[in-house]
Amino acid sequence: MVSLAAVSASPALTVSGLGKSYGDVRAVDDLSFHVEPGEVFALLGPNGAGKSTTVEILEGHRSRDAGTVEVLGHDPGTAPGGFRDRIGIVLQEVGVERELTVREALVHYGACYSRRRPVDEVLELVGLDGLGDRRTHRLSGGQKRRIDLALGIIGDPDLLFLDEPTTGFDPSARRQAWEMVDGLRSLGTTIVLTSHYMDEVQALADRVLVIANGRAVAAGTPDELRGSMDRETAIRARFPMDREGTVTGLLEGLAGRSTVRDGRLDVRTEDPTADLHRLTGWALERGVALDDLEVVRPTLEDVYLDLVGGEPGEGTDG
Amino acid sequence: MADRLPSPLRLLVHQIGYQNRVFRRVPIAAFFTLAFPLMFLLLFAAIFGDVGISGGHEVAAAQFYAPGLAVFTAASATYTNIGISTAVARDEGILRRVRSTPLPRWVYLGGVVGSGVCIAVFGVALMLTVGIGIYGVDADAGRLLPAVVAFVVGTASFAMLGLALAALAPSGQSSPALAQATILPMAFVSDVFISVGDDPARWLEVVGDVLPLKAFVESFFAAFDPYRTGSAWEPELLVRMGLWGVFGAVVAARRFRWEPSTGSSSGPRGDRSRRHQGRSVPS
Ligand SMILES: Nc1ncnc2c1ncn2[C@@H]1O[C@H](COP(=O)(O)OP(=O)(O)OP(=O)(O)O)[C@@H](O)[C@H]1O
Ligand SMILES: [Mg+2]
Repeated sequence: MVSLAAVSASPALTVSGLGKSYGDVRAVDDLSFHVEPGEVFALLGPNGAGKSTTVEILEGHRSRDAGTVEVLGHDPGTAPGGFRDRIGIVLQEVGVERELTVREALVHYGACYSRRRPVDEVLELVGLDGLGDRRTHRLSGGQKRRIDLALGIIGDPDLLFLDEPTTGFDPSARRQAWEMVDGLRSLGTTIVLTSHYMDEVQALADRVLVIANGRAVAAGTPDELRGSMDRETAIRARFPMDREGTVTGLLEGLAGRSTVRDGRLDVRTEDPTADLHRLTGWALERGVALDDLEVVRPTLEDVYLDLVGGEPGEGTDG
Repeated sequence: MADRLPSPLRLLVHQIGYQNRVFRRVPIAAFFTLAFPLMFLLLFAAIFGDVGISGGHEVAAAQFYAPGLAVFTAASATYTNIGISTAVARDEGILRRVRSTPLPRWVYLGGVVGSGVCIAVFGVALMLTVGIGIYGVDADAGRLLPAVVAFVVGTASFAMLGLALAALAPSGQSSPALAQATILPMAFVSDVFISVGDDPARWLEVVGDVLPLKAFVESFFAAFDPYRTGSAWEPELLVRMGLWGVFGAVVAARRFRWEPSTGSSSGPRGDRSRRHQGRSVPS
């Protein structure tokens, strides 16, 4: 038994040296992190990175091979039944009874918890108001996913796991889900989420752990992650490829790092004014058109792609 | 914290009601479990009419068929119904969801079993009501208790075998075939549809005697048997059924899985997963 005071004083969740293999596949390799109470923590990574494996170990759904895990003061592998009363789980892959209406499903699963949010409030939070009396198999894919969200929060959890909660949502449904997460955060709920969406992580997460091939590749706040490239600006343009020699000459003359790939030039520079001047000067001199020329600040997505882009893990899954 | 959790007993009652409701909303399951055996009773009664027994009495064929078909209904309501619906629920990721709630697992399985027993009670009552009401099947009130005990031991055992079936079925899709391929041949050697006769092949008799359904049929039928004069208790048959129940429970305890079989322990590989495979960074 853990008193509430003890929970709020220590991390909601600590993971150290976590490892898990499926046969030859090392799905999670020596991951360590912790999540503070009230924090929104994001696991970010490409398909097959090990996000679901990690969160499902934290939820007690899968076993681990190595490392220690403590969630709300318990080892999820051996936690007593009451442990799941305080956590909410939105699995990436999960079903719901097609024979029940949305409201019936919420009432049914809600009955298992000691605390319960009012069904109508939950329906509204996830944007299913008005659909409560519909059978679940008559819902669209995105609407079905909202049932998963609804069932994740019906027991008013202290700690909520969201494994790719907004996959399949239209833009306004995603905004609504973000507002819901924000609302839960302001009520003090600790949230661990996985995502592929940079804007989602940027909008929601207090801290991010980027993983690829089961290993941590970067960690920090979204701003810190961006900060590693904060002083750099990207200059991009479509580029004529039939001029190998002259291109090389130009690239060496630029102050920033530059790459030409698939007919696109990408320059990352701390001195955009000078490099832009050199680039356009070079182009004017030779009568070369630089289509789609743009000067942009790197987004979190650029940072992310830089971090995981070269990882072979991306290819194994899709 | 834990003491504020709903009491397991209340949860169990809730679970049984929920499983009953789901059953009622699957017409095909209700048809095969309840209406199908009843159809057989109507057919057999029409085909065989009355049969003569010793002493010059005539007895309706239904006197023999109604109790046997009642037992078949009870076995379908537990074994077939539990085996299929649980294997399908696992494939659909519903057992996975159950596991992510604080509901104790035994309460979930208790709800499955309890609901199977409720359906069996309803089916047996329906069969006997039709048998007694329409075909004049003779039921001796003095033999009610042995029949009830045979029913309780039988449904409990077949419910355990249903859980074992769900545990062993490789997928939800294959579970109906597995259930039918086991229960139907068993019914034929257990005097449900046909009496194996006075002089059956020896092996048919042995197979019937080893499997649990014949013991269920005979121990239940004892209360309706017009030839029988003494007590309607069949302790040996009850033990035989009970042993099968224990066997089912052991298999279920060892092999039951909460995760879908497709894709081992990783969850259903449904539309949803296929849809976002290969989409690593949507913009
Ligand atoms: N049950 C399993 N059996 C075998 N291998 C598995 C199993 N589950 C996952 N894997 C493998 O482990 C690795 C990590 O999978 P995981 O599902 O954790 O990735 P993920 O980061 O959640 O990916 P996605 O973004 O596609 O959901 C992958 O290479 C995957 O193929
Ligand atoms: Mg995943």
